[in-house]
Amino acid sequence: MATKDNSTIIKVALAGNPNSGKSTLFNALTGLRQRTGNFPGVTVEKKTGDVFLSSEKSGEKIHLKITDLPGTYSLFPKSEDEKIACQVLTDSANIDFPDVTLIVVDASALKRSLLLATQIMDLNRPVVLVLNMMDVAEEMGYEIDEKKLERELGIPVVKTNGRSISFSKDLTSKILQSKSNLFQLAEKYLSVISDEKHFSETTNSTAPYSLLVRTAVQSKDVDEERKIFFRQFESKDNLERFERIQKLWYASVIVSSPRHKKNISQQLDDVLTHRVAGPVIFLFILFVLFQSVFFLAEFPMTWIESFFSLFSSFLSDKLPEGKWSGIVCEGILPGLSGIFVFVPQIALLFAFLAILEDTGYMARVSMITDRLMRGIGLNGRSVIPLVSGVACAVPAIMGSRIIPNRKERLITILVTPLMSCSARLPVFTLLIAVMIPQDANDGFFNTRGLWMLGLYLLGFLAAILVALVLKFLIRSREKSHFIMELPIYRAPQWKTVFLTAFAKVKVFLWDAGRVILTISLLLWVLKSWGPGNEFEQIEKKIIEHKSVLAFMNERNVSREKIQQHKQIIRNAESEKLEASYIGKMGQFLESAISPLGFDWKIGISLITSFAAREVFVGSMATIYGSTDEDISLRQRLAQQINPVTGKKVFSFASCVSLLLFYVFAMQCMSTLAVVWRETQSWRWPLIQFVYMALLAWFASYLAYTLLI
Amino acid sequence: MKTLADLSPGNESVIKEFLDPELALKLIELGCLPGEKIFFEKTAPFGCPIIVIVGKNKLCLRKNEARAIVVD
Repeated sequence: MATKDNSTIIKVALAGNPNSGKSTLFNALTGLRQRTGNFPGVTVEKKTGDVFLSSEKSGEKIHLKITDLPGTYSLFPKSEDEKIACQVLTDSANIDFPDVTLIVVDASALKRSLLLATQIMDLNRPVVLVLNMMDVAEEMGYEIDEKKLERELGIPVVKTNGRSISFSKDLTSKILQSKSNLFQLAEKYLSVISDEKHFSETTNSTAPYSLLVRTAVQSKDVDEERKIFFRQFESKDNLERFERIQKLWYASVIVSSPRHKKNISQQLDDVLTHRVAGPVIFLFILFVLFQSVFFLAEFPMTWIESFFSLFSSFLSDKLPEGKWSGIVCEGILPGLSGIFVFVPQIALLFAFLAILEDTGYMARVSMITDRLMRGIGLNGRSVIPLVSGVACAVPAIMGSRIIPNRKERLITILVTPLMSCSARLPVFTLLIAVMIPQDANDGFFNTRGLWMLGLYLLGFLAAILVALVLKFLIRSREKSHFIMELPIYRAPQWKTVFLTAFAKVKVFLWDAGRVILTISLLLWVLKSWGPGNEFEQIEKKIIEHKSVLAFMNERNVSREKIQQHKQIIRNAESEKLEASYIGKMGQFLESAISPLGFDWKIGISLITSFAAREVFVGSMATIYGSTDEDISLRQRLAQQINPVTGKKVFSFASCVSLLLFYVFAMQCMSTLAVVWRETQSWRWPLIQFVYMALLAWFASYLAYTLLI
Repeated sequence: MKTLADLSPGNESVIKEFLDPELALKLIELGCLPGEKIFFEKTAPFGCPIIVIVGKNKLCLRKNEARAIVVD
């Protein structure tokens, strides 16, 4: 315990089994005073929060720094998440090493929960046992005598139902008074350690059990002999613990018959996991989720976009014209807009996912789909990210954290961007309209609609096929287990739902937002400067034209002449783009993309749409100088003739080729930024970018060559 | 030797031992101890995994994992 500014800082860790109501308790205790980050060096999410208390007697201020550890069933970890919990609890050098550990146990599964509880007690550090979900336990007919339990275990015990807990005097005083008691097994561990050659360090630690656990974790992947030794030890140790737990359970728990003969949770499960109804209901829930994220988010997204465009046109009027008003209005603001526009979708998606998780339905989803997903190297838990990818890959990839197996999670992250996201929709709409000028109605079917559906299906098929390939390419020593608890159904906690959505939005804005903003600025710089003085001359010409236009407006010149002059400015703008660095890059790209039927102008759009796919439409409008009232962009594109070949630029073949390019290519820096964040390395976003670019190039090449 | 996978849905048995030591650790943590009653509730919609009840807690596991649990 450290003292600072007259207040005592106490580091408190919340440890417990998954589904023990730990996170609900954490939210109840800390509310909005919580932060989400990562445990150092890993992608495991770390939630910390603060509670400020003052002691009634001395008036002393107490600052509780609470860390919510990943749920684990045992101190001997079986997954990456569990490993973190174990490291924090056993390593006194860890920055999160707690002064006091609150062991949260699900009172309705007391026997099982006490395994971890007794292990943590053996670490010989201050602990408090929190009997959570008492309401459920009582409903199941368990009556727990906490005083007896306290005596049997020798540690303070607090009862709660997790939903209404606050830092009562009771809990605070128990934390302050908590002293750890050894579970009377320490002697045994000491002899194990001194006997064995399996320990590289000798103990001067107060808890031999702590050293034992730490060594077991370290030697897991190193040494086969040690691994077997520790496995045997763990199994024997667990069985002995359960023997003791059984005795103390009989002493402190009275079991009566449950209140309801057949409980609601069981009745729900009969329907929700039914052979036929189960998958049907799941599909329906998916449909609702997809619709909501897709359509409900549309309104706030429009507001955000129009707010930013209004704000930037307001600023560009007020600020003196020049490069530095440009950096704000054309660089920073569109960049911020591109970040904030994702907020509604992320918030909605994660609110929905939190509801599914909180009610216990998510575990059933994984169970229902596991059989299907396993075949392609994925896991039952991959379904939700894949489906959410149809709205937006960014929140979907963030949602892949629920997959415990590293390989399966990685494959999910790598293939999710192939699902056609909502940003591709405007691109598809424009190009299909250019490609099929008159909407031919083949009886019942609508040709444009069929193309659209086909493109979505193509993305889905590609995701499955790539997953299959990756299944064989990515090696993993980790075994894929699917042993999972199916928690009872509970009503969702709105506070948890809100806090989860809020936390995800915050993480996205800060972590992915920085990268997106940087790239937007870079794109703006490339657009606003050009090599040589060609660019500057065009710029001067535009300024002159603009002053002429202002003059013409004042003098009431005929509308036709003004239109003509506006067209001159537009042409100059497109010349300027051609002369800019980004224009040069487009021309440089031309040799790589001309086999696909694209010219350098499309090349520029491909580069700019890297900021977000839908930017393609805006870029095309700038390049082809069309924001005209009398002629739509679609018509203008359809009329474009290649000056060299004399053929249409947007022929059927090049449209199909371009559509395929957008189906496959990874043209979304937001996604890359999130993949970087989630995998903690540039390696995977790079691999993803390259494989998707290659896929896009070859698909487009094939289509163009065959169709032309 | 009879395993959990050999039971039919709706039947109950008692856990005897585990064939896979690594899996055993995971199962023990979840409360599947030798001597505990295990109730095979039903299979998931696509035939795998299976749903079992041990104590009052519900678990699901794949069929090949069920083959590693020997029952009476």
